[in-house]
Amino acid sequence: MRLSGKNMKTILIIVQKEFKQIFRNKAMLPIIFIVPIIQILILSYAATFEVKEVRLGYIDNDKSSYSRDLISKFEVSTYFTLTGEYTSQKEGQDAIQKGKTDVILEIPSNFERNLIKEKQTALSVQIDAINGAAAGVENGYITQIIQGFNNKIRMDLMPYQPQQQNVKRIQFTPSFWYNQTLDYKTFMVPGIIVILVTMITFFLSGMNIVREKEIGTLEQMNVTPIKKHQFIIGKLLPFWILGIFILFFGMNIGRFLFDVPLLGSPVWILLFSSIYILVFLGMGFFISNFTDTQQQAMFIAWFFVVIFILMSGLFTPIESMPAWAQKITEFNPVRYFIEVIRMVMLKGSGLKDIMPQLIKISIFAVVMNFLAVISYRKTT
Amino acid sequence: MNNNKSISVQNLTKKFGNFTAVNAISFEVEKGEIFGFLGANGAGKTTAMKMLIGISKPTSGEAKVAGFDVYKDTEKIKKNIGYMSQKFALYDDLTVRENARFYGGIYGLSKKQIKKKTNEFITELGIADIADNLVGSLPLGWKQKLAFSVSLIHEPKVVFLDEPTGGVDPITRRQFWEMIYKQADNGTTIFVTTHYMDEAEYCDRVSIMVEGKIEALDTPENLRKQYGVDSMNAVFLKLARG
Amino acid sequence: MKRFIGFIKKEFYHIFRDKRSLFILFGMPIAQILLFGFAVTNEINNVKVAIYDKANDVESLKLIQNISASQYFEIDKMIYDSSEIESIFKQGQVKAVLVFESDFAQKLTKENIANIQIITDATEPNTATTIINYIGAILQKYQAGLNKTIQMPYQIKAETRMLYNPELKSVFMFVPGVMTIILMLVSAMMTSISITREKEIGTMEILLVSPLKPSQVILGKVFPYIFLSIINAVVILLLGFFIFGMPMQGGFLLLGLESILFIVSALALGILISTISETQQTAMMISLMGLLLPVILLSGFIFPIASMPKALQIFSNIIPATWYIIILKGIMLKGVGIAILWKETLILFGMTLFFIVLSIKKYKIRLE
Repeated sequence: MRLSGKNMKTILIIVQKEFKQIFRNKAMLPIIFIVPIIQILILSYAATFEVKEVRLGYIDNDKSSYSRDLISKFEVSTYFTLTGEYTSQKEGQDAIQKGKTDVILEIPSNFERNLIKEKQTALSVQIDAINGAAAGVENGYITQIIQGFNNKIRMDLMPYQPQQQNVKRIQFTPSFWYNQTLDYKTFMVPGIIVILVTMITFFLSGMNIVREKEIGTLEQMNVTPIKKHQFIIGKLLPFWILGIFILFFGMNIGRFLFDVPLLGSPVWILLFSSIYILVFLGMGFFISNFTDTQQQAMFIAWFFVVIFILMSGLFTPIESMPAWAQKITEFNPVRYFIEVIRMVMLKGSGLKDIMPQLIKISIFAVVMNFLAVISYRKTT
Repeated sequence: MNNNKSISVQNLTKKFGNFTAVNAISFEVEKGEIFGFLGANGAGKTTAMKMLIGISKPTSGEAKVAGFDVYKDTEKIKKNIGYMSQKFALYDDLTVRENARFYGGIYGLSKKQIKKKTNEFITELGIADIADNLVGSLPLGWKQKLAFSVSLIHEPKVVFLDEPTGGVDPITRRQFWEMIYKQADNGTTIFVTTHYMDEAEYCDRVSIMVEGKIEALDTPENLRKQYGVDSMNAVFLKLARG
Repeated sequence: MKRFIGFIKKEFYHIFRDKRSLFILFGMPIAQILLFGFAVTNEINNVKVAIYDKANDVESLKLIQNISASQYFEIDKMIYDSSEIESIFKQGQVKAVLVFESDFAQKLTKENIANIQIITDATEPNTATTIINYIGAILQKYQAGLNKTIQMPYQIKAETRMLYNPELKSVFMFVPGVMTIILMLVSAMMTSISITREKEIGTMEILLVSPLKPSQVILGKVFPYIFLSIINAVVILLLGFFIFGMPMQGGFLLLGLESILFIVSALALGILISTISETQQTAMMISLMGLLLPVILLSGFIFPIASMPKALQIFSNIIPATWYIIILKGIMLKGVGIAILWKETLILFGMTLFFIVLSIKKYKIRLE
């Protein structure tokens, strides 16, 4: 492949034509420019696993000062909103079944009496656990509040308990680096940018060549003296530029709208994404070589994107996956870009830190584009 | 290049598995000739043509187009030929000028050359007013004429036309053929497939393919005489029915 | 009627002849449900932690052993200087560092209190809090072991019951969601594309001038997808039952009827999209961006609606999938019937009716 002046000129002519076509399609322009903004905005707000405003209903069979005190602890907590009092277990269960409340706290009669007399008392909690992860977190909140209440009572009832002096305690202080406020958006926005760059470059490049096939212009291209590599580079370069543009666009939205930090050098992100986009352009091109209609191309592309996203660590951590699934993620380019963009933006990682990912993605790029080029034939 | 032969084909064959689509055809086309390539659907016309324009590899036989071998020099062939098919129109979402600029650019023409050629055909067709309209907004007849003009932008030695007048009205077809004549007078070789038998009469020589073989090849006049009929249509029917 | 059946046959041929799309149509649900079921989970496992043990004494070593014995954590490395923390976080493998203060054991025996600092990489806030919780639990257990002889008075015991999903499996959450997505995808996206395709290649006009009534043309196009959707729903349910042990508390009949209602509403949406888009590309993009993303993100499928900002919560109400997911979870997991789900059903029914009327109107306008 010589990159002589003439060669470059031919490529440039194709690039020009592609850009003209992209900017002329009125339906595609909003998809390229407006949809990403909306997605970053909505996704960043919607995609959160934080559990807030848990709806809690209670059944107070004791109606003592202690039981009221405990309920008021839930009332003032920012994690809970009270849905009201239920008079019977049946009523409480109904409320959960109808989805009107998430948690039912039931305080038995004799709650206060048992606590004072028997020095031990019980209460029961029922949690709608269909969303298992949320239920776990809710349980944590509840335990925390009850424990706090318990400690307070203990202090009130026996301020100078000699035995307490001998209790050995291991105290721990958590500290949250890189994201002290545990803001979920800081975590999600970089990942969403990666998804946007991936989807737009992959879908558009995949559909683009099939489209020329469908309308018959590809055959025309094949009888011109245009070289294979000129055609491929010329077709893909516009989408590469588009991908880089969306990346910068997204990163700026992230920084200025969501205060996502940029601790590391954007140069490393640019370097990584330049190669990363090539992987998906190659893949889009590869798919278009094996499909005859845009519909087929889109379905196949969509199929892979769904798997790539689910296995990328975007929503759920890769370490949580079973070993076989973790092995699969090693072949997922999206995973590496999400890792890199989070490392560089949020932790300030440098070239040395992202080297393993950079090497892997480069291998992907070479292999994918090699496959794409050899599968594209001008003759039959 | 060997004397005046634009295309020379000898025993050219293409097989798909057991099926022989093109069965050892041989013919020659002179420079500046209008060569009609006729046959029913499925007779092998398109396959034969694809081998000549370098997008399909022959199974056996030999062929030269514009002096270049179809096995070794497909890229050189592509530089020297023009191609237009019924299916191919220009890019609908580009204007006439943009299409011309694109194709001219692909063939390595300079901006100045492209501009000159574009202006030439725009004046010739008298379409200065629509030169900056999107091709998609033009009627089919215009698209075909424009596609032909654009396929000539790099002044090819041979032009391949694959059913170029499909679906257009008789008047436009007439105009289209006038453009073809003019081009042939300038020394361009025209290789045209068609299934309009009246168009076959316009050709200098005509070949008729049946089931992968060339069954007849001569001037329209001679063919009519040979088969004792008064139209190409009748010649064709006689041959096709065997 | 005969003509109509012939037309439906033609549609089936189209679909079944396109092997690649068919593969996606059936492969996608299976792949998704398996991925969600096995691979996509929030539970943490084998999180890599590093230890900075300034004490290096009996107690700290015992604690470290306890942590490495837990299935949640894996000790990746020991570090000997606080400056190393920054660099290992930057490499991204290690998610937390435990720092033991010097004289850990001595402080514990003499002063009854010893300190550990847990530094987490909180770029992933969820994992960070979970790590803190889990380590906290391990420390608590260890501490309870140290104080075995001391009985704490005045104890409030909470007996917690996890309803409907005692093992807190995430599959229970995802199966109804994946089912909704697949039905949406097959019904709305596929129909909108297949109708626009006929428009694009010009065969729609031929169909419309044929003796078939316009309504028959549309019904004929839609019918195969109802069929495919139902097959998909059944496949997903079977996988859910047999592979992931999804319960089926409620009635099959109700589940089937509600699913058909949802499929019809999705088909109506698909027809609606096809009336407003001229090319397959446009139909595809509208379906993807306008239907699929909201369904995935705002229907409560993955992310709890209650945690979203108010505006998005309100928006989630106008998505049919939100209601269908509530119904699915109700029937499958809670075992409730129409007596409780009548409100959701009514809303879904109203939406369906609205989409059908709207698409008929739009379609008529297009014909004129």
